[in-house]
Amino acid sequence: MNSVTDSHDASMSLQDVTVELDGYMALNNVTFDVDAGTLMGVVGPNGAGKSTLFNAIAGLLPVRQGSVTLRRVDLHRGELAYVPQRDSVNWRFPVNVMDVVMMGRCCRLGWFRRPGRKDRELVKACLCRVGLWDQRTASMTELSGGQRQRVFVARALAQEASVLLLDEAFSGVDVGAREGLVEVLQALRDEGRIVLLATHDLNNLSRRFDQVLCLNRHVCACGVPSQVLTPAVMEELYGFQLALDGEE
Amino acid sequence: MRIAPAVVWGLVSRGGAFWGGPEANRVNSGYGPRATRFLDTGFRQYDGTGPPKPGPRGLKGYCADNMIDFLFAPLEYNFMVRALVGSVLVGVMCPLLGAYVVTRNLAFIGDALAHAVLPGMVLGFMMGINPALAAVPTGVSVAMLVRVLGRRAGLSSDTVIGILFASMFALGLMMMSLSTTITVDVEDLLLGQILAISSTGIYISLAITGLVILGLFVFHHLLLFTSFDPVGSQVIGMRTHVVDYVLLVLLALVIVIGIQAAGVVLVMAMLVIPAATAYLLAGRFVNIMLTAAALGTAASVTGLYLSFHFNLPAGPAMTLVATGVFLLVATFRRRVFA
Repeated sequence: MNSVTDSHDASMSLQDVTVELDGYMALNNVTFDVDAGTLMGVVGPNGAGKSTLFNAIAGLLPVRQGSVTLRRVDLHRGELAYVPQRDSVNWRFPVNVMDVVMMGRCCRLGWFRRPGRKDRELVKACLCRVGLWDQRTASMTELSGGQRQRVFVARALAQEASVLLLDEAFSGVDVGAREGLVEVLQALRDEGRIVLLATHDLNNLSRRFDQVLCLNRHVCACGVPSQVLTPAVMEELYGFQLALDGEE
Repeated sequence: MRIAPAVVWGLVSRGGAFWGGPEANRVNSGYGPRATRFLDTGFRQYDGTGPPKPGPRGLKGYCADNMIDFLFAPLEYNFMVRALVGSVLVGVMCPLLGAYVVTRNLAFIGDALAHAVLPGMVLGFMMGINPALAAVPTGVSVAMLVRVLGRRAGLSSDTVIGILFASMFALGLMMMSLSTTITVDVEDLLLGQILAISSTGIYISLAITGLVILGLFVFHHLLLFTSFDPVGSQVIGMRTHVVDYVLLVLLALVIVIGIQAAGVVLVMAMLVIPAATAYLLAGRFVNIMLTAAALGTAASVTGLYLSFHFNLPAGPAMTLVATGVFLLVATFRRRVFA
């Protein structure tokens, strides 16, 4: 029917990425690769550079050294979507769910075209996909944290993104909503999209990711969760031994 | 508040001809800035063509005599028809942009733009062209400068706005003071003089209105995105700073319409108060814009009539009506629209 469920084959590669913020090294020689169809968790303590990493990938911050390579991703056609942290959105601006998802069509519409019937149909399909069609006229401020995140994911679908960056998407989201959101993200992964999700919640989520990137201004470890989330890595990340659920 | 003696044209000696129509000059040179001053001496003395009528004797007597007259008698005079058209344009356009001002925290920049167009207006007087027309390039230039300086100098927007706001206003006052050919009544400049708006002023306002409505319509979805989620819009490759420029230019244009009615100081009121009231009443942004436009029109037209019948300055009357509505809504707050 449309590109909501199209397959994607983007890939991403970061090579020795160094980002300097206000005189200090926010990211230092970060290197990792992500293939199409990967759900990757980015974990680390506060100030580890998770948001900085996403900003660098999205082109919002200049990379001092190294390179970010996005293959088969057309940035100007909105194929990279960014779900921002809660405080970077102007919540005083009164928009409803439909308005927000329609924003995803802006990059396809350009400066002078206005949304047409096909755009509205696509927005409807995206909202149905995340289970929020019934809430389409609700104001964003009336939604719960989990519903808001699903609206942003629907917006990413509307912009036909191949790469989704979700910054602290589970902050303020209850367990039920979180599970629903993870299922949606896994479905997007199954279509070949790359989904990067920054989170603090290691206990509940780490096993749901295909890969985990442990970041503390540099890459402490990167790989499948069972191999990466070891006591030694946790100590490097947080400075102390962290016992994860399910560990022997 | 007179800066220099009235010498040339009888232009601004009583403020009425501030915006420069020939009829306004003729009218106001003898009777003062407000229509009621003319009415004290009878309508015919003022207009010369209308039917003989007694002057109003206050709201109570006038309403008792004939409410229709209260509303329509003023429209027998061209200057009031023009003022009414001007008021409606101000009442619609300022709140439409005001919805962005309120929701994007642009009140300071709106105020700054209003003050910063002063040099352009004064230049207009000096060159003998309509000050509203002269204010357009000034407002647009200052709007662009705010962003350019902010980006290039690495200063916060507030700081750049503060610098431009004060320096441009000071420049305008200095130009007025040094000019030997014009005299400007600062009170009219600050508080507006809608009753003396000229036909040229109306045409300029109509042209600006068309341009701004077209801009708001065409760029609506882009303005929504950048207003709600500036980071997200930047990520998808939108040139958010260009969208910001567009919004500021539209704001500067609307301010040029607004200062003719409400003056440099009170144009802020027409930008902010109806939109803030609408923010309390409506939920969705488009509904806020439309509600604000309706409230703004009601406030500006009511203020105009109060000004005409009760010898009040029009700009402050419009402002106080809008403020009264805001206080009522804020007190009995209840959202009535989605």
